Amino acid sequence: MTDNLQRTLLTGNAAAAWGARLAGVDYIPAFPITPQTEIIETLARWIDAGELQARLVTLESEHAMITAAGGAAATGVRVFSATSSQGLLYAMEMLYTVAGWRVPLVLVNVSRGLAAPITLEPDHNDVLAARDSGFLQIHCATCQEVLDSTLIAFRLAEDPRVRLPVIVNLDGFYLSFTREPVQIPDASRCRDYVGEFDNATIAFRASAPESQAVAVLGGSPYSYFRYELHLAAMNALAAYEEAASRYEQLCGRMHANVEAYQCDDAEIVFVMMGSFATKAKEAVDRLRDAGRRVGLLRPRLLRPFPLTTMRAHLAGKKAVAVIDQNLSMGLGGVLHTELAAALYGQPDQPKVVASFIAGLGGRDIRAEEFYEIAATVDRAGDRGETPGPQLLYTADELRELRKLQALARAERRQLSAATAPKPAAE
Amino acid sequence: MYRIRFHGRGGQGMKTASRILGTALFLEGFEVQDAPRYGAERRGAPIFAYVRADKRTINERGIIDNPDLVVVADDTLIPVPAAGVLSGIDAHTVVLINSDTDSQTWSQRLATPATVITFRMPEADEGHGESGYTGVACAAAAARLIGFLTADNLEQAIRKELGEHGATVVDANLRVARASFDSLAAHAAVVCEGALRSAVDYLQPQWTRLEAEAAAVSAPVVRAAANSELSKTGSWRVERPVIDYERCNRCWWVCSTFCPDGAISVDAQGKPEIDYDHCKGCMICVAQCPPHAIAALPEHAAQLADTRS
Repeated sequence: MTDNLQRTLLTGNAAAAWGARLAGVDYIPAFPITPQTEIIETLARWIDAGELQARLVTLESEHAMITAAGGAAATGVRVFSATSSQGLLYAMEMLYTVAGWRVPLVLVNVSRGLAAPITLEPDHNDVLAARDSGFLQIHCATCQEVLDSTLIAFRLAEDPRVRLPVIVNLDGFYLSFTREPVQIPDASRCRDYVGEFDNATIAFRASAPESQAVAVLGGSPYSYFRYELHLAAMNALAAYEEAASRYEQLCGRMHANVEAYQCDDAEIVFVMMGSFATKAKEAVDRLRDAGRRVGLLRPRLLRPFPLTTMRAHLAGKKAVAVIDQNLSMGLGGVLHTELAAALYGQPDQPKVVASFIAGLGGRDIRAEEFYEIAATVDRAGDRGETPGPQLLYTADELRELRKLQALARAERRQLSAATAPKPAAE
Repeated sequence: MYRIRFHGRGGQGMKTASRILGTALFLEGFEVQDAPRYGAERRGAPIFAYVRADKRTINERGIIDNPDLVVVADDTLIPVPAAGVLSGIDAHTVVLINSDTDSQTWSQRLATPATVITFRMPEADEGHGESGYTGVACAAAAARLIGFLTADNLEQAIRKELGEHGATVVDANLRVARASFDSLAAHAAVVCEGALRSAVDYLQPQWTRLEAEAAAVSAPVVRAAANSELSKTGSWRVERPVIDYERCNRCWWVCSTFCPDGAISVDAQGKPEIDYDHCKGCMICVAQCPPHAIAALPEHAAQLADTRS
């Protein structure tokens, strides 16, 4: 009970807003979109009540919002923004551009499946579309992690070795609208942790014209700038470790670049990102109860990709099941592809690295499905043969879909009968 | 772990119910997870909210498919398949229904091995529709059925969740909560904590392989024109507007013009008629009618009257 006095029930959206507030943000360009809007509403309410000294401006689109975010960050103020799904896609041109400017800012993305067909519930195709933009990516599994990661992200973004924008990702509904106990750290200690924005080398000013990102022709200077962007992202691995360790000193919570749960003695390892990974964690506990040596590996950092850590945890494993909540049309799961590339040619690489596609558009993953995934890859490990990719989709679901399709056809007939021109009156 | 699901309609306070119960459990030292799930984000549309509570860290997440308790705020939702009221219930589940119909009848209708209990919303203050207090009544009822939560726990949670609305609102909600809590004393602690999901004996998922199908079949396209007419949005209604033709002065246009759904048609004599298949019960016509000829009736009462006439 005393424990709960230190904590409060917060949604993932409220936790993200708290992260921005505790980081002492100066400027918040905003544009509403479900399921993110609660974040900017919360920040706006605090500003209105005088609890947060910041300026929030609603822009006419996400494209303008990210432009404003990058422009403001280039003047040396601390910037926070939030979006989701179609909004992130609409901002895509400017994501690449402001990352190229090498300005630090934090953007929260609340994952939601992409159209078409349109949906509200989560998968990771939205945030993965920004994978190669130069924004770093931190993926959260709990509401506490959303708050903590937002603070860590500011420190990481502003690290002089890095100086890149960071996306903090949380799943729509499963985190955005879900309340969980969250510990809100002390405000002054958070300010010390994030520190003053060192704008010594970031000094774009309206009254002092300078070119913010010049044009380069011929591939050579372009190659230099783009590769420097990549190297800065690679530097973020070490910078992240330091930022996370310092955060642990502040709050006692360590958020490593990869969460390894029951992996040490595991024969079978689930690999997945985001909040659905807590469901996998529950499955690991139940499978352990049943005497099965199963673990979970969850990359929190997707960019930069924590290659060495992932390799170390998976060395010598019997079988790995990568559960992708995303789909690259014409290839398959993105995390599976990246992991397979990371493991290729490694001594002691797992015998089987199997791909499962699940949770698209928020489709649930039931406990029994995790158990069955473990059983499937265990058998594959015995044979030493990787099975083909499996979409988690049951015969019952297909029957229900067929029913919808049949209804659509029947209704069309009914409607055309109803609207057919009537024979002319005598 | 306790797993509780609340089913109701947008506007009935199911999210508030889940938050009040969640906070009551949290203040009692539980780990808690509470969340609403919307489909159509509209008043009257079916929604549900859920609460998980455990002494250990909760790693389960999302929709509850094995509830210990299902609270149904509106019994007209039970036959709506999309509402999923009965999803995952079994002999272990307690189903609490806000209904005039008794529990035996519901047990037979639903042919379920679950324990079915019915209750009625306590009388609210005059001048307020009952739907404004449905959420708090459901939260209080759930607290009583779980058993170990006290009226004081509940009061503390209501003050925390509704405090920003001021003392008048809090007091009215406390009265309804107390009445609801007391009315279910006979069923106190009927809900039992659910088991963990065993990985030893489990029902194997019957995964299937999708085949590539022609785009004409597999594209998410509906080509039928005006097909929204076929969707019976009238089922979202919590309140029903009813025209008193004695008072209607045949103005011919006010109610039909203000209706945002085009659900009121007027004949050549200026007589308006409401299309109840598509009226969502927004009550704008009730507010706009110059001679006050349209009354608002609770939908469940109107349906009851329909079946009796």
